[in-house]
Amino acid sequence: MAELWTGYVWPTAVIVARILAIVLPLLVAVAYLTLAERKVIGAIQMRKGPNVVGPFGLLQPVADGLKLFFKETIVPTGASKVVFFISPALTFILALVAWAVIPFDEGWVLANINVGVLYLFAISSLGVYGIIMAGWASNSKYAFLGGLRAAAQMVSYEVSIGFVMISVLLCVGSLNLTDIVHAQAEKGWFVFWHLPMFVIFYTSCLAETNRSPFDLMEAESELVTGYNVEYSAMTFALFYLGEYANMILVCAMTTVLFLGGWLSPLPFAPFTAVPGIIWFALKVSVLLFGFLWIRATFPRYRFDQLMRLGWKVFLPFSLVWLILTAGVLEFGGWLPK
Amino acid sequence: MSFLDRTARTWLLTELLSGMAVTLRYFFSPKVTINYPFEKNPISPRFRGEHALRRYANGEERCIACKLCEAVCPAQAISIEAEPRADGSRRTTRYDIDMTKCIYCGFCQEACPVDAIVEGPNFEFATETRAELMYDKAKLLSNGDRWETELAARLTADAPYR
Repeated sequence: MAELWTGYVWPTAVIVARILAIVLPLLVAVAYLTLAERKVIGAIQMRKGPNVVGPFGLLQPVADGLKLFFKETIVPTGASKVVFFISPALTFILALVAWAVIPFDEGWVLANINVGVLYLFAISSLGVYGIIMAGWASNSKYAFLGGLRAAAQMVSYEVSIGFVMISVLLCVGSLNLTDIVHAQAEKGWFVFWHLPMFVIFYTSCLAETNRSPFDLMEAESELVTGYNVEYSAMTFALFYLGEYANMILVCAMTTVLFLGGWLSPLPFAPFTAVPGIIWFALKVSVLLFGFLWIRATFPRYRFDQLMRLGWKVFLPFSLVWLILTAGVLEFGGWLPK
Repeated sequence: MSFLDRTARTWLLTELLSGMAVTLRYFFSPKVTINYPFEKNPISPRFRGEHALRRYANGEERCIACKLCEAVCPAQAISIEAEPRADGSRRTTRYDIDMTKCIYCGFCQEACPVDAIVEGPNFEFATETRAELMYDKAKLLSNGDRWETELAARLTADAPYR
């Protein structure tokens, strides 16, 4: 009995507690990201944004959530019921599962696995399935076109994201995300070494999470709202949460790969005293603000322009940079062991 | 040289960054939002809102049932019936405005020779049923009593420009 307790029950309880410690703050962050988006875009358009529900509109996400919760779930007659309900859950779960390997601070990571980057890459690639399934299962032309666009777009940009990641990994010599941050403690943040790659990665992340100006798959003017047009109530809320959780995830990835994770920007006293998690959250917030700022600034790309940018600009450029990095590391003798 | 210039601009993303600089400036600019139910924009004395039938200071209604407003109304929203009153003066027995037909063009108040029918400053008269928007004479007169101070002030303010 004692063995059962120490061997199974207690470790399970610890893991569940850790998962909750990641997921609950994440969901709160997602809720407030939706508010922040409306506030930031409002400010840029010289509006105030939501300010009626609670002080400064701080209870707006709660009101939105309650509204969606009490609405009716409508299933189209022609829909494939099982897939129709699996896809929002899949999108949401995949957006949360990826957080298992993100290091928030020194040692603050749920699963410190040695293939962390590969895992992240795999999970973010799987994310497209939820959207394709939603587009197909809805049995609606708008949703279907949205799903097709999403598939084409996410596949195109994953390629350049992969090359950018490899350039970073060449400088680290490990796929472990904690090791990547440690390497940046020694060599300086990779954003300085790989600035063009940082720009490409950030832009590709916009495309990967289907954010403006690459939100082709939910182009209101052509596709109403794309793959989720037939969804309502909680099924829609799950897509929404998944999309925003993915945004935070890619920003966390960018932070770990390029901005030195939890490291303080200047390695001396007043800055190092601040806990790493604060630096991490700050960096992610700055990147997320960039997402919202870009959304409020740029008009949507045309689909052929999107494909051109992915395949004819980002892919060759990141490939050249990868070979350049490899060459410099090899002939300079700086290859990590 | 222009090729170099253009290429450098493209690769350094100068256009994109200058665009983002513009939006960042707006981010910090003062906001123009009016918190509507609590704050309202000023409206012109010529604003054409909810209709009202006015009275003279002695309480006698102004309308003399000339039916010019009924004739001029392009939406045919006004219906008037009239007959001589016991004291021999000509007054309306019925004065209805269908507010769902009205297009708020203001022709009725332009046509009125005695400033009886006017469009007031009130624009918050939404109702829960359609029937409530079929205004009759009593409703229009009560509007006139309710808004008289403001209606008179508006007419005075606008008088020099007419």
